[in-house]
Amino acid sequence: MGDFFKALLDPDMAFLRYALFLGLIGSVPLGAVGTFVVARRISYLAAAIAHSVLGGIGGALYCREALGWGWVHPMLGASIVALLAAGLIGWVSLRARQREDAVIGAIWVTGMAVGLLFIARTPGYIDPMAYLFGDILLVTAADLWIAGGVGVLILGVLGVWHRQIVAVCFDAEYALIRGVRSDWVYVLLLMLTALTVVILVSLVGIVLVIALLTLPPAIAALGAKSLWRMLFVAILLNIVFVFFGLGLSFALDLPTGPSVILVAALVYLVANGFARILKV
Amino acid sequence: MSDCGGHTACACESHSGEPVICFKGVSFSYGHSLVVEDADFDIYKGESVCIVGPNGGGKSTLLKLMLGLLQPDVGTVHLLGDTPKRSRARVGYVPQHIDFDPLFPVSVLDVVLMGRLTRRSFGFCSRKDTERAMEALQQMGLAGKAQVSFAALSGGQRQAVLIARALVADAEVLLLDEPTAHVDVAAEERLMASLKALRKDLTLVTVSHDLAFVSRSVPKVVCVNRCVHVHPTTELTEARLRELYGFEVRMVQHDHEHLDSHGGHHHG
Repeated sequence: MGDFFKALLDPDMAFLRYALFLGLIGSVPLGAVGTFVVARRISYLAAAIAHSVLGGIGGALYCREALGWGWVHPMLGASIVALLAAGLIGWVSLRARQREDAVIGAIWVTGMAVGLLFIARTPGYIDPMAYLFGDILLVTAADLWIAGGVGVLILGVLGVWHRQIVAVCFDAEYALIRGVRSDWVYVLLLMLTALTVVILVSLVGIVLVIALLTLPPAIAALGAKSLWRMLFVAILLNIVFVFFGLGLSFALDLPTGPSVILVAALVYLVANGFARILKV
Repeated sequence: MSDCGGHTACACESHSGEPVICFKGVSFSYGHSLVVEDADFDIYKGESVCIVGPNGGGKSTLLKLMLGLLQPDVGTVHLLGDTPKRSRARVGYVPQHIDFDPLFPVSVLDVVLMGRLTRRSFGFCSRKDTERAMEALQQMGLAGKAQVSFAALSGGQRQAVLIARALVADAEVLLLDEPTAHVDVAAEERLMASLKALRKDLTLVTVSHDLAFVSRSVPKVVCVNRCVHVHPTTELTEARLRELYGFEVRMVQHDHEHLDSHGGHHHG
């Protein structure tokens, strides 16, 4: 790990610092929103949203490279498609329950197919694997500012609406009786999930980001007596996983995304083993 | 042609003023299955009413119609002089059970505080809300469990927490769906005492399978088996119960009125 700390301070290794900072910035909204995703058991909806994001990334790259719209950032395309997918999935899961799985699956694969087609038509070589599984070389200083801004927005919305979100996650029918617009609050949670997923797409990729959204809260839930404790432990775990995953990736010359996720998965397995032994 | 006989309710007492809950010619069906037919009855301020009937007879459906969670196919429901959707925030509701995730880590206090929620509840809850929630927990004998996980409680304690959640809403009407379904005798006695204390201020509507609970708790009964009939509890005869449940129900007179049922139907 000594070399990793030295590299972080090396002026020529800015990409490593950007990756670490992006991971740390993303850890906070990921842990916070992930807590509600796990508590509400909507991880599969979050996975569908994350995968559909490739459509937005591919579209943004095409607009930038083929149409010359230099101002279109891939994260902008990803955010727009993620929000659209969240709205559509929310509407489907609330209004068309019989076909929910099929429609969510369709949104999942359609987003990926559209993204791959756009990437195929974009001039120059773009490796889709970099967006699917992450590439720290994709992280720029601009990404940090965008991620910071989006993160503050997510935490702000969560801070204002958290009582309504908790009530809807726990007992949506009672929240409705109390005057809370349960359907809107549910869609709001999906929208927050969509934006959260986008933050870390460049670091760990759209396939692996779901692990950082769900594994830390799932570990935190093993011993949590309150939602707030679960939330803070999930954030802390995300920070630890990003730091050690990045360090492992640097030390063993491994891809960063899978390294971070493997650290998280290993801790998840060990924590579950301990929980079983201690009967938490 | 309706086999409810058109006029499905009787006026048990004369009342002055507007009813708190008013059903006028209400029918409701789930798909093609008619669950409530031509229900026509009023419940007045301060009344304590019990809804009884067999499984699938429409008891819980009647509560959901009162709350505007279901819309009638025919007829109108009024709650506190307005539509249920506009008025239901003034109602305390205790469901029969909630489908909550046992891994969802909310404390007992968090659950009770949900009763203070409104459409404009943003940010953290006020100290007044927390004090009110603690008072309600005290009233239900659960003040010491405020920080305990809701999932760690017994069925009866959870029911008491849900009643506390309904109480903190400062409700004018309290709707309880099977409040004694998961409680032991001691907890049921405590619940009875709490309901008796509440009755002075509130209109109480309770759904119950427990005929013993009904006979010693409420003066007025709404009998539901698709059709709806309203009687004073004293007029709840063996013949009426046989008609309602479809089997013999024997009445046993103790110090207070008590009903005993046969045919596999449970009672208190």
